[in-house]
Amino acid sequence: MNRQKLQRMLVTSASSVLAIVVALIICAVILLITGKDPVKAYSTLFGAAGETKVLQGMLNRATPLMISAAAVAIGFKMNLFNIGVEGQMRVALLSTAVIGGAVNLPAPLHIAFCFVVAMATGALWAGFAGWLKVKRNVNEVISTIMLNFIALSVVAWSFDTFFRLDKEGESTSLLVKTKDLPRSAWFPDLVDRRLNGMLIVAIVVLVLFWVLVWKTKFGFQLRASGANAGAARATGVNPKKMVLISMLISGALAGLVGMRALMGDVHAYQNNLAEQQGFNGIAVALLGRNHPVGIFFSALLFGFLGEASGRLQLDDIPKEIVTIMTGIIVLAVVIINEAVKRWDDRRIQRRAAAMIDEKMVEAAS
Amino acid sequence: MSDTSFISSLSPARRAIFMSLGFVLVLSIVRIVTNTDDLTSSGTVSSTLRVATPILLAGLAGLWAERVGIVNIGIEGMMIVGSWLGGFGAWKWGSWAGIALALAGGALVGLLHALATVRFNVDHVVSGIAINILAGGATEYLSIIAFKGNGGGESQSPTGKGGYGTFDMPFLSGGHIGNWKSPDMLGWLENKHDIPLVPDVAAFLRGVSSDVYIPTLLALAIVPLTAYILWRTRWGLRLRSSGESPRAGESLGVPVVRLRYQAMAISGALAAFGGAYLSCVLTSTYRQGQTGGRGFIGLATTIFGNWNPVGVLRGAILFGFPTALKFRDAKNVPALLLVTAIVLAGITIVLVVRRKNLAAIGSAFGAALALFTWIVVDEVPSEFVAATPYIVTIIVLAGARQQLRPPAHAGQSYRPGENH
Repeated sequence: MNRQKLQRMLVTSASSVLAIVVALIICAVILLITGKDPVKAYSTLFGAAGETKVLQGMLNRATPLMISAAAVAIGFKMNLFNIGVEGQMRVALLSTAVIGGAVNLPAPLHIAFCFVVAMATGALWAGFAGWLKVKRNVNEVISTIMLNFIALSVVAWSFDTFFRLDKEGESTSLLVKTKDLPRSAWFPDLVDRRLNGMLIVAIVVLVLFWVLVWKTKFGFQLRASGANAGAARATGVNPKKMVLISMLISGALAGLVGMRALMGDVHAYQNNLAEQQGFNGIAVALLGRNHPVGIFFSALLFGFLGEASGRLQLDDIPKEIVTIMTGIIVLAVVIINEAVKRWDDRRIQRRAAAMIDEKMVEAAS
Repeated sequence: MSDTSFISSLSPARRAIFMSLGFVLVLSIVRIVTNTDDLTSSGTVSSTLRVATPILLAGLAGLWAERVGIVNIGIEGMMIVGSWLGGFGAWKWGSWAGIALALAGGALVGLLHALATVRFNVDHVVSGIAINILAGGATEYLSIIAFKGNGGGESQSPTGKGGYGTFDMPFLSGGHIGNWKSPDMLGWLENKHDIPLVPDVAAFLRGVSSDVYIPTLLALAIVPLTAYILWRTRWGLRLRSSGESPRAGESLGVPVVRLRYQAMAISGALAAFGGAYLSCVLTSTYRQGQTGGRGFIGLATTIFGNWNPVGVLRGAILFGFPTALKFRDAKNVPALLLVTAIVLAGITIVLVVRRKNLAAIGSAFGAALALFTWIVVDEVPSEFVAATPYIVTIIVLAGARQQLRPPAHAGQSYRPGENH
């Protein structure tokens, strides 16, 4: 039993690594076709791994990715797509900047209060999609996409109308922000101005995610609903309740995604704050196979690629090759998973057939 | 006999004409009441047409994909590819080459989506997301390689060569026959602002028959063409059967896999045409981020249009109208609130007659809200204009589900020869 588990784990990690290798090869071809030297590109890109500054940047970038990937993965575990992490994050960013900025509390309490506000707002926005699915049978993919754009509009409008703070005498066009959060709500740095402590929160989120999904009754029901919805229902799992709860948890996590940027870096809301960090969680969750360990390493990889890609421009290579790489990795990892699954099914079938044959021969002799 | 049963007794085509006329009448009344002549001017109509065309093409791309059973979240990515290739082709070889290149490239991206979802059985949503990421990255990368330093910039193509002809209908909208300019009869009628309905209908006809780009006409022609191909040909019937019940089709010898590749190539080409329309027709340069989420509005339009070409056209016009009004003059937009209030009040009456009390209460509440907002505000924030398609789609999905009928098998996993 344990050997089988280990085998499966090795196959899973190997297929993710293979996807990365495939993406590297395809990108090398693209670089060659467009007249750039892939060897130079990759040595610049991965050569940056030795620098402390790059590694700190990688961890900073990986922090929100871990949380958003966890938010996406909890839905994936029961075949529920929350494409709306980006929108939920955006709504939570503004509400936390405004509500968190309006109160005065001692430091640890203030931070906890901000987290609660962020998670509640994110859960509220995601809960609407959950409610639509449960009560009105609206597909969550469509509703979360629509809610993303509605969130963008609502947040942009209310920020512009009520909360933006234009400092007098200063140029207002470049830096439009809300009021700064009080010092007590700033999340402390691990390495001053280089590495924010939200990394610890992200790791705690991944650990809690593992406990919730693999060690609790709810997690078991969640995985059962994903593996076989009919069987899960037959054993008394209420699918509507599961949809609503996992959507709320996913949204609560989505609310936390932007907190590194808000509480650990800028300390006020501005347009483009934490942009794309909700979307990018989808790629991280897919590469990490919805498992906390996988998510941890994929977040590090994407964080590293994002941080080191700037170096490519010194070699006159557009850093967007990294975005292409991300897209290819996503496609490659799902294709390889599917192929491996089919290969595994056939292997099991063959073994079962061989065993039956053996038994037949025994019985005949 | 109630009003509703009169409407439902009409044939679909007549019902559509009847209801469109009713809508124009509402617009006409609001135009006179609020003194907003621009609400139904031919200028507004033709700019609505320009705003709506890329949305229409994106919506048709969604329709072709979902009708064959594939959910296409990657429309936005396919539009991005189309807008880039359109800008590139128009810069290198001229405007029509831009559109041709976009069609070819879009078809290839559509085939990639089909390859992933059909051959490799990848989840449709995941593949669509991957295509969106890829398209964004690839175009940004290629812009730097191809445009930077060649008259364009890191995120912008050089100006494209050549334009497109425009079309004016002779006699009705002052089109030329040879060198002779025919009279502009609709233009004359349009200026009789005091009469209800007549100038509005004239303006509508003039808007769609004067100064229309040829690519716009092509895009509009795809609507009846799609309806004909999908509902009147054998190939179309088989294509739709692949989206409804591929296994039943397969057992009758329908080549489901091949049809899915073909339909996805068409879907990708249509989406890319929509992208190229932005970079070649409306403007003559590709700009990064030009598509601005229109692929997702297209997805919304597919749903709003109930997976029907005429419905998609209606949705594209409805979603394009507020934006077009805003472009011409932001002061026009509040009049739309009054239009909304009147339309919702009408719907409320219909719902009361049909004894759907809960929906009627919701609709009446919406009407009251729209009326109240119209009285209170002077200007509608542009963010709300931008969010309208998404809000409407959620309301339609949540409130009118019984009327919606998506293809039964869209988005589900299918492997030929399995699970019989």
